[in-house]
Amino acid sequence: MTTHEKEALAQFVIDTAKKYGANEIALSITNDSGVEIQYRDGEIEQLNEAQQSGLAMQIYANHKYSSHSTNDLNKKNLERFIEQAVLSTKYLTADPYRSLPDPELYPKDLNRDLQLLDNKFDKTNTETRLEMVQKVYEAAKSQSDKIISVASGYSDGIMHNLRVHSNGFSGVKESTIFTIGAEVTVRDGDARPEDWFYVQNRFIDDLPDLKMIGNKAAKGALDKIGQKKVKSGSYSMLVENRAAGRLISMLISPLSAAAIQQKSSYLDGMLEKQVASEKLTIVDNPFIPKGFSSRLYDGQGIAAHKRTVIEKGVLKTYYVDDYYGRKLGMQVNGGSSSNLIFEHGNKSLEEIIKSLDKGILISGFNGGNSNTTTGDFSFGISGFLIEKGEIAQAVNEMNISGNAKDLWKKLVELGNDPYKWSSRQVPSLLFEDIVFSGI
Amino acid sequence: MNINDYLLHFQVTEEIIRQTMAEALSKGGDYCDIYFQHSIAEYIGLEDSAVNRAFSNIDMGVGIRVLNGNQTGYSFTEVITAEAMKKAARTAANIAKHNREFNNISFQEHFPANYYPIKRSWETVGVNEKIPYLQQINEKAFALDKRVIKVNISFTNSTTYILFANSEGRITYDYQPMGQISVSCIAEQDGQKEQNSFNLSGRYGIEFFTPENIDRLAREAVESTVALFEAGKPQPGEMEVVLSAGSSGILLHEAIGHGIEADFNRKEISIFADKIGKKVAEDFVTIVDDGTNPNVRGSINVDDEGNDTEKTYLIENGIMKSYLHDRLSAKHYKVKPTGSGRRESFRFAPLPRMRNTYMLPGPHKREEIIRSVKKGIIAETFTNGQVMIGGGDFTFYVKSGYLIENGKITMPIKDINIIGNGPEVLKNITMVADDFKMTEGGWTCGKEGQGVPVSMGLPTVKVSKINVGGV
Repeated sequence: MTTHEKEALAQFVIDTAKKYGANEIALSITNDSGVEIQYRDGEIEQLNEAQQSGLAMQIYANHKYSSHSTNDLNKKNLERFIEQAVLSTKYLTADPYRSLPDPELYPKDLNRDLQLLDNKFDKTNTETRLEMVQKVYEAAKSQSDKIISVASGYSDGIMHNLRVHSNGFSGVKESTIFTIGAEVTVRDGDARPEDWFYVQNRFIDDLPDLKMIGNKAAKGALDKIGQKKVKSGSYSMLVENRAAGRLISMLISPLSAAAIQQKSSYLDGMLEKQVASEKLTIVDNPFIPKGFSSRLYDGQGIAAHKRTVIEKGVLKTYYVDDYYGRKLGMQVNGGSSSNLIFEHGNKSLEEIIKSLDKGILISGFNGGNSNTTTGDFSFGISGFLIEKGEIAQAVNEMNISGNAKDLWKKLVELGNDPYKWSSRQVPSLLFEDIVFSGI
Repeated sequence: MNINDYLLHFQVTEEIIRQTMAEALSKGGDYCDIYFQHSIAEYIGLEDSAVNRAFSNIDMGVGIRVLNGNQTGYSFTEVITAEAMKKAARTAANIAKHNREFNNISFQEHFPANYYPIKRSWETVGVNEKIPYLQQINEKAFALDKRVIKVNISFTNSTTYILFANSEGRITYDYQPMGQISVSCIAEQDGQKEQNSFNLSGRYGIEFFTPENIDRLAREAVESTVALFEAGKPQPGEMEVVLSAGSSGILLHEAIGHGIEADFNRKEISIFADKIGKKVAEDFVTIVDDGTNPNVRGSINVDDEGNDTEKTYLIENGIMKSYLHDRLSAKHYKVKPTGSGRRESFRFAPLPRMRNTYMLPGPHKREEIIRSVKKGIIAETFTNGQVMIGGGDFTFYVKSGYLIENGKITMPIKDINIIGNGPEVLKNITMVADDFKMTEGGWTCGKEGQGVPVSMGLPTVKVSKINVGGV
């Protein structure tokens, strides 16, 4: 669907919804396509090609609100769908806080190029893709004869979206994404430990050396040979950058206005207060070129802006969306996080390891959960025991538990290695005095 | 409904399906199947005592899979016309590389079982009819305990029509209803807040939400929340763990179930590879994966490869008996498929998946099990779990439970993770009670990016040693 066709469809949806009694409508029409290759044992295991379209709309009928989506864009069916949607909305309770955002909140400038679209996408053919997964596969496979299995994978996608609000907003987003990596399983007696390494990028030419990806996946699995649990007790906890995003989620999800209004946030009432150690500064920047969460406006059409979330451990903002902002009487600033950038330290992961007398390096979390209402958390972990500055032993089958309110105050150092392959560019994190559950 | 109704529903004919198959196999693939799906999902939500939000979704499309040995070519279209299907078929066909003539086949209708009869289709139940259920639960919840400050309730239901045909001439179909009410509750006492939730889910119609079940939804959500005010954390380390009957079946799902899915074994990446026929647990341990339980969330009439579902014995009297197979793995192991080939939607190729995974009752009594524990915990409710297939490390998150000290239940506990090793824990199941219960909650299992509804069940069980998170 071209932008022009999408605009015509959007007008049809708005007109139809109004005809049946809606007074405000927001809608989003997306089409995307992509290819996915899974490669194993020297041949393609699965080749998938996808092309899809979808329409999502939010309807407001005198402050009664509902949201609907469909991938059946046949006009006759769509009209019936919209009629039904508006009809069912009328049964709901009117809510004075439900309406489209104030047009003042919409972005003024939609021309800024965030460099999210790779024009080479259309020139990428199956042969090129296949060569890439083969390279990653070969690099991993050649690492050791202890390797039982390597599965390398590649996927890409191109997305085009039009968002239109009946009170005067219209925006187009286009982006591409390329993902490549491998999973490796090795033999270790009866056990078959596994690890993975995947990277993604907006531009195909920005993907890193493919051999490095395969090597890293294999090394991750080989390093796990001989893993076992060690004694329960208090250790320094060093969390490798690729795993640290899991901990960051515990800080970010309770910051939503919905969590505050619903009293399900342990960070309620903490604005301008110390919620973490002074080492922690996080900036939310939606304008990073080629960023995974870069955007000019969010899912409600609200203009994005750069903001400091936590400054030297002090909480500086909540994420306030339009609805819960009105309900709370708070200034609306966009209800979701974008790219999170951390003020990082100056030591590499290896240098931090060298500095530790007794610690556990966490390379991956295994299950577990956290509670946004209370801050309680408990996670399974795998990683390495550090003794006298050296990796002494691969560890697994251990847990950490505690409360996020305490955890972040125990953060003593950040590495110099922000994780490049995610919108949350977390460096490795060092915490002191964390209780591990082992034997 | 019969086959003609399904063909009409998707506005296709057997001839169009045949032509699509000819296109799919035109490059020499061994086999192809075509999976039509039409899903209608609805949600209404209550927050701050008002039903003030609704959501609906329609999802429709056709997935075309071509097999060439162990290789899969897959494509789909959301537009169900002869032309669009042929185009998708040509794309999927590319997994094979030589030309072949497709022999015309005649389709044989395969009649599926009906494991989830319902009284009324969800398509006839309007939003106005569902609203009072939420209002009643909300009023009951606030009336039950003054400490309750927030109640969130969601009512979701869906209906899925499936039409399946393959190049071996099988044509079959399914009609899959699902209903769920979830209640989440926040209570406050002396400035301390706690949150918990309860839900009931299954392949039900609206008749399942009886006054008794409405009452339970409110009561269990509130009681499980206020109980947390007294809860603490155990000391960290290995200890005896008792799993209460019901949703503790998550133990089987994570510790054993995934490792027994045949694709992981065919690829030799599961810790359970090479274990068929071997003694892996005590004699009183029998574990099944079953698609036939009436109206249970993980039940299916036929799997997403058109095969009949069944009750598969994974471990019988302590001996490992079978993996869970899809078409590819059944062919590899030269066994009959177990009806476990499932997919999230027409966008995905099927994989071996669990349905309802449970342990049959054993010889012990619940009281006897609790009495036998010197120092440990009893786990009651859970939120999530996962497993490393090859290493065998699995975890699940205990939302609530109790300490057991010298054979007696003492302090409540909350929010702790349990981590263990599948084969070891299986060996360490030392007692199994006679009080089997299937969980009634809305569990969804994720694998390779695909979510499918499942259920699980367990009698009260004792594991002699497992790692419990604590402080």
